[in-house]
Amino acid sequence: MNFSLARASLIAEADLVSIAGERAVCDSRGVLYFPEFRLLVVSDLHLEKGSSLARRGTLIPPYDTGATLLRLQAVISDYQPSVVISLGDSFHDGGGAERMHQSFRERLEALMAGRQWFWVAGNHDPEAPADLPGETVRELAIGSLLFRHEPSKVRVEGEISGHLHPCARIVQQGRSVRRRCFAGDGGRMIMPAFGAYTGSLNVLDRAYAGLFRLETLMAYMLGAQRIFAISHSMLRPG
Amino acid sequence: MTVEPRLADQNAAVVLPEPFVKWFGQKGWSPRAHQIELLAKAQAGQSVLLIAPTGAGKTLAGFLPSLTELAVRPRRKPGQARRGIHTLYISPLKALAVDIERNLGKPVEEIGLPVTIETRTGDTPAHKRQRQKLAPPDILLTTPEQLALLIAAGDARRFFEDLRYVVLDELHSLVTSKRGHLLALGLARLRGFVPGLQTIGLSATVAEPDELRRWLVSQNPSGGMAELITVTGGTKPEISILDSEERVPWAGHSARYATPEIYREIKRHKTTLLFVNTRSQAELLFQELWRVNEDTLPIALHHGSLDVAQRRRVEKAMSENALRAIVATSTLDLGIDWGDVDLVVHVGAPKGASRLAQRIGRANHRMDEPSKAILIPANRFEVLECRAALDANYLGAQDTPPLVDGGLDVLAQHVLGCACGAPFRADDLYDEVRTAAPYAGLDRPTFDRVVDFVATGGYALKNYERYARIRLNKDGLWRVSNPRVAQQYRLNVGTIIEVPALNVRYVKAGSKGSASHGGRVLGKIEEAFLETLTHGDTFMFAGKVLRFEGIRENECFVSNAPGSDAKVPYYGGGKFPLSTYLAEQVRIMLDDPQRWKQLPEQVADWLRFQAEKSVLPKRDDLLIETFPRGNRRYLVAYPFEGRLAHQTLGMLLTRRLDRAGARPLGFVATDYALAIWSLGDMGAMFKAGKPSLGALFDQDMLGDDLEAWLADSWLLKRTFRNCALISGLIEKRHPGQEKSGRQVTVSTDLIYDVLRSHEPDHILLQATRADAAAGLLDVSRLADMLSRIQGRIMHKNLEQISPLAVPIMLEIGRMPVNGEADEELLMDAATLVEEAMGPGMVDE
Repeated sequence: MNFSLARASLIAEADLVSIAGERAVCDSRGVLYFPEFRLLVVSDLHLEKGSSLARRGTLIPPYDTGATLLRLQAVISDYQPSVVISLGDSFHDGGGAERMHQSFRERLEALMAGRQWFWVAGNHDPEAPADLPGETVRELAIGSLLFRHEPSKVRVEGEISGHLHPCARIVQQGRSVRRRCFAGDGGRMIMPAFGAYTGSLNVLDRAYAGLFRLETLMAYMLGAQRIFAISHSMLRPG
Repeated sequence: MTVEPRLADQNAAVVLPEPFVKWFGQKGWSPRAHQIELLAKAQAGQSVLLIAPTGAGKTLAGFLPSLTELAVRPRRKPGQARRGIHTLYISPLKALAVDIERNLGKPVEEIGLPVTIETRTGDTPAHKRQRQKLAPPDILLTTPEQLALLIAAGDARRFFEDLRYVVLDELHSLVTSKRGHLLALGLARLRGFVPGLQTIGLSATVAEPDELRRWLVSQNPSGGMAELITVTGGTKPEISILDSEERVPWAGHSARYATPEIYREIKRHKTTLLFVNTRSQAELLFQELWRVNEDTLPIALHHGSLDVAQRRRVEKAMSENALRAIVATSTLDLGIDWGDVDLVVHVGAPKGASRLAQRIGRANHRMDEPSKAILIPANRFEVLECRAALDANYLGAQDTPPLVDGGLDVLAQHVLGCACGAPFRADDLYDEVRTAAPYAGLDRPTFDRVVDFVATGGYALKNYERYARIRLNKDGLWRVSNPRVAQQYRLNVGTIIEVPALNVRYVKAGSKGSASHGGRVLGKIEEAFLETLTHGDTFMFAGKVLRFEGIRENECFVSNAPGSDAKVPYYGGGKFPLSTYLAEQVRIMLDDPQRWKQLPEQVADWLRFQAEKSVLPKRDDLLIETFPRGNRRYLVAYPFEGRLAHQTLGMLLTRRLDRAGARPLGFVATDYALAIWSLGDMGAMFKAGKPSLGALFDQDMLGDDLEAWLADSWLLKRTFRNCALISGLIEKRHPGQEKSGRQVTVSTDLIYDVLRSHEPDHILLQATRADAAAGLLDVSRLADMLSRIQGRIMHKNLEQISPLAVPIMLEIGRMPVNGEADEELLMDAATLVEEAMGPGMVDE
């Protein structure tokens, strides 16, 4: 077995992307930050997925909500946004907010304090989360951008969505690497899922058919420290 | 072996019922001494371990106590309740159970015994299983998984109330795995149902028979063991090493150089069985043989990834002696008997002396004729290994792996199974579990944590009480909380975790499988390998060169690829590490120039050159060579401890060398050696004692360094997945849906990350670490080695590469890399984009 120590990492210049002319920082932790609007966007938190599965007899560790909130806390404290958008499927099911452990609820409320917070409705959580502050909306327009949970079949320039949990796969030197990714063609962007237990779906899957202009499609794959921008031609299905 | 017919006859008169004596007489046989001895001990109420080579009449011996008892049992009167199972036979292979049904049916019929024999495996249709519950056969032939299912049924106690014997076939291969743990727990349960239960273990020769003897009986402080009967001998096999006229390669595993010589041997014999260590070797050898097969001899291929129907066809042709040669992997290893094999060819080194003995036992399955075998080493180190294995076989040495403590994941599965069967009291179950050998040392707090895990996941954060799978009731009994739990348990029973694999299906070239249904299925291939293929790539499978057309859902579409330029499939599984015993034999041989005379001249010359240019390691020493090559510095160590232990050592040493400022770049490990390359001059550093080799190889590397590396290792994630599936944390199968391998993999990796950061002491992580240390990492072997070489490290700082280092240096860049350096690959891909599109902002 061969093993090579990782080379020194590149500088994170390439993490700046533009969507319909708006500039955003594409963070390797899976969030978007728009400096102009002091806006942080995060998608598919799927809070309380663990307890949702536990109800059906799969007793996976009850720490996913805590883990997800901890990571959210880290990005919020880095960017100090004045507006946060949670882009749908914030809770894994409608009862999630109610089931949430008191300590987690308190932590979430502390994160929300002093900022404008939007819950975009998702297919898992169409209703407003129980007893939590923040404003629940179906979609939201800011500047030339439009935020909604599910990408629309009819192309909308500036649309930023989630829902599909994109990941991408490359093969280099006979080896396969699969990572969550942002998928964007310059006109619209689909965000990776942020939640600790969320799975992912390859951007070449049929579910994405017709959503992107393939000639400019890029997968911004999440690395440990940085984003890796990979062009559509290098991506593999599966 | 020495059969004493007269003694046997005397005994036979004592314990053999009349019809049996008559039957032996009609056949012109007399019962063998060990068969009678076993019968006598069983009739005296004892459990017995029978160790005998193949062909010694082991099966009949194992069933004789049952058959004789059933022969004299009074007939059931009308109106009397049906009787339950009398004898349970458990084998590791479904095929073996079927084989036994055939072999045992014959004497039963000829003697005219009123005995019913049936199999029950995963392939048994539901209606037959149902019927077996209502009208059980006298003798039930089954597998460990089926036993677990029977025990978890509500009527288990009644079903087994008449049980007298459990016959355990191929016991040596059952006990070393988690299946063995599950089986031991199942036996403990059966003993709980029927305290007087007797066990009969059948085994090939093993290094530590006492371990198996203890395993067969209920564990207690006074340390009881089953009675032992050993049948020695059989004639010694005639084994030779191919003394090739061709040049033996330095490295590699194909043994392609010897194909014409192997073909010549096939032509000289009636039926040749060719064993290889991996499926990819099997594919390659099969192709090579057909390339030179001018006489179009019937040569077939048999390995575990092939479609079942195809395997059965090969087995049938083999039993009808319609084949001249079969290329096979370990799927043909165990004691199934087919056809008149008169030559065994072992390609590649056998990796363990016991394995070699077992495989060679396949030729001439009769004790009075010697087996004939030829070993074909694939490279020069394998020549040494084959020689050592050959000497070991003549010495009768054995090296089966040591038994390990029972897995906690398996225990969790069993606890849930018990609850599905009937409510239990924790105190009672704890006592019962400890009567199983692998769990004799289990402490109560650990047991209680396992029960807690089964109930609510066992987390420090008590969030799941209301979702408990089992609940402690006021009467002190644990019960399943709803019937769905039992249903899920039944779907997920067992300890065999399949590597995610896809069906390989024929389609027309270029069709990508879209819409068309495609042709027949050739077998299954690991997903991990398929992921490295691109449309149009060619590879070898099922003895054909195939073109990869694409993947759709859980099928891989292929077409015929004319020509023979193929990528060979790489299989993650199926590679055995060099056994401790053989490794030692190789070191002894290296240290003794007298013995080099037994080696082929070109290999002996190689060692002589090594002695001249560098040095050969003493038997208990560790030789370290350092030398420059190109713009890199190399360190080559020769521990001979097997690839797994070397891989772990390589990981740990590179960390340490990095800290010492040697700037290591990578390493490669084989069964024999380990090579590390760096920018810094390691030779000079060791000479200056910065660091000293003693400090570098200090045993303390197995402490923090190991922990730190393991935390993020893919090895641990893979192990965790197995533990999560076996323990029932995640389901292999859910009613009404079949999860694909990938869905399971992704989620267990995520669960692992979350659990490790929030509750690192969780019982499942504890089980995972114990598993990884014993299995993939071979930590105990590394620990033994590090303690052995203290103060015995021999350093040679050379100007250039030594002869002994050539084989491993040739492996650099040739072996597949596993999971650790993903970021670097991503970087390469991203850099390509940047080169093409210019640096800086990637924009529209």
